[in-house]
Amino acid sequence: MSVKQISIFLENKPGKMCEMTEVLAERGINMRGISLAETEGFGIVRIIVDDVYEATTVLKDSNYINKLTSVVVAEIPDIPGGLSMILKVFADEKINLEYMYALSADSSADKAYMVFRVNDHKSAEAALTKAGIRVVTQDDIPTL
Amino acid sequence: MERYYQQEAECASREEITKIQNEKLVEQVKHVWNNVPYYRKKMEKAGVTPDDIKSIEDLHKLPFMSKADLRETYPDGLLGVPKEEVVRIHSTSGTTGKRVIAFYSQGDLDMWEECCARAVVAAGGSKDDVVQVSYGYGLFTGGLGLDGGSRKVGCMTVPMSSGNTERQIMFIKDLNASIICCTPSYAAYLGESMKEMGLTPDDIPLKAGIFGAEAWSEEMRKSIEATLGIKAFDIYGLTELSGPGVAYECSEQHGMHINEDHFIAEIIDPDTHEVLPDGAQGELVFTAIDKKAFPMMRYRTKDICQLSKEKCSCGRTFIRMAKPMGRSDDMLIIRGVNVFPSQIETVLLEHGYQANYQIIVDRVNNTDTFDIQVEMTPEMFTDNVSDITKAQNELVQGLVNMLGIKAKVTLVAPQTIARSEGKAVRVIDKRKI
Repeated sequence: MSVKQISIFLENKPGKMCEMTEVLAERGINMRGISLAETEGFGIVRIIVDDVYEATTVLKDSNYINKLTSVVVAEIPDIPGGLSMILKVFADEKINLEYMYALSADSSADKAYMVFRVNDHKSAEAALTKAGIRVVTQDDIPTL
Repeated sequence: MERYYQQEAECASREEITKIQNEKLVEQVKHVWNNVPYYRKKMEKAGVTPDDIKSIEDLHKLPFMSKADLRETYPDGLLGVPKEEVVRIHSTSGTTGKRVIAFYSQGDLDMWEECCARAVVAAGGSKDDVVQVSYGYGLFTGGLGLDGGSRKVGCMTVPMSSGNTERQIMFIKDLNASIICCTPSYAAYLGESMKEMGLTPDDIPLKAGIFGAEAWSEEMRKSIEATLGIKAFDIYGLTELSGPGVAYECSEQHGMHINEDHFIAEIIDPDTHEVLPDGAQGELVFTAIDKKAFPMMRYRTKDICQLSKEKCSCGRTFIRMAKPMGRSDDMLIIRGVNVFPSQIETVLLEHGYQANYQIIVDRVNNTDTFDIQVEMTPEMFTDNVSDITKAQNELVQGLVNMLGIKAKVTLVAPQTIARSEGKAVRVIDKRKI
């Protein structure tokens, strides 16, 4: 069901993010979602792409350490209150949110897509489905 | 008026010094030949017997000793007396294979402490003084060496050891300490701390400091003297040769007098091993001529410096050595503590990292900075920032446990540490001393 997020280790130095995105650009890899967690010395870049295998191969060839992490991607109505509706589902089920960020999508469709990293992946997906919210799979990503 | 601890020895004529050295060297060579099979073999290989050594003129015939010999004979292959005559050991920091264990008979300890006592008196110490010893006590020679020297002089000796700066300052003030012994970088740090507390040199009872165990510059001396309001004296030594006190500075503060009645110094070309003439710069080599438990013949210190036979205004006749220019060894002295890259490697591997790292040492405001860059590995990487930080903190703590000092660890991307011909550049020492 889930979406595979690629987490990449980067040094917290000027130009490092640029270098990494250039590697992906050169191979024609389009990022659909991206978020950055940083500390004083290093950062973790998290990206969602259409073709996970291709992206990780490219990164590995360029000596980037990366790891796959399962995340929950939900489709929400692109209206005020859309996000809080989903967060309410998690709150009611006592699911803890570690981090979240948005995916790029066709805005004319009045839909938005959010990426969630939660402590209990299975319960989160089940709760969303039960509440009538669409949970996106990796295969859906290119179609969004 | 210059005072001496043992004027007869310290101000002996050159003839007297040579006579003592000749006699002691001949005896020592016999002692080593008879009691240290390892060195005897080295002599046999070099085709030398005790009969060939009749005076210091023959010293050059003896084979050198180096760190490699110490590694090979670890732990006690150089012991020159029966174990029951050993009363003390000291040790350099280092992982197995690099660590040196030095043994001392009671006579060896007395000799060493007398050398330190000479340094204390040369720095102006007498039984009226309160000496705070802020070198580390324990296996490190600094603490117990100066402690012994200070007590021999009759000073009230405060066995403070290193660390706990607030308590250090409190004792200096409350006990009216007049002389402090520590590493120069710690002295600089103490000075800065006192300044921050609003103390001026007039509020600090100290009058002198005996600083060694690491290289320091004249510039640093001036700065320490100004902030603490003291005269700062240099002291030199190596655990292999006993500890601090092999050479010590007098009121002239221009080079350290070598205790020539116990140690013979030579300067050699580190590449050709040829003994160089007076005044030339080269590698310092020492022969301990009356140390029995852990004899050391022609020990290559790796310290680059020069000797001066010029007459000193203090009245001492022992030759003087300049501050060593640098050490051609892999050992680093950071904040007065010996650090071997191999120790860092050990800790990295224990904590799941690869041994891909680089040490960067610099000196900022007279204090050494100590940074270690460690390459991230796929195994250690997770999507969770706090897990990575936690592992990083555990690594920092592991390094403190191994080295005794704290390093700043930075995680870097793989393949970023400069490598030359397959061998990574492990150490970048930016200190300008």
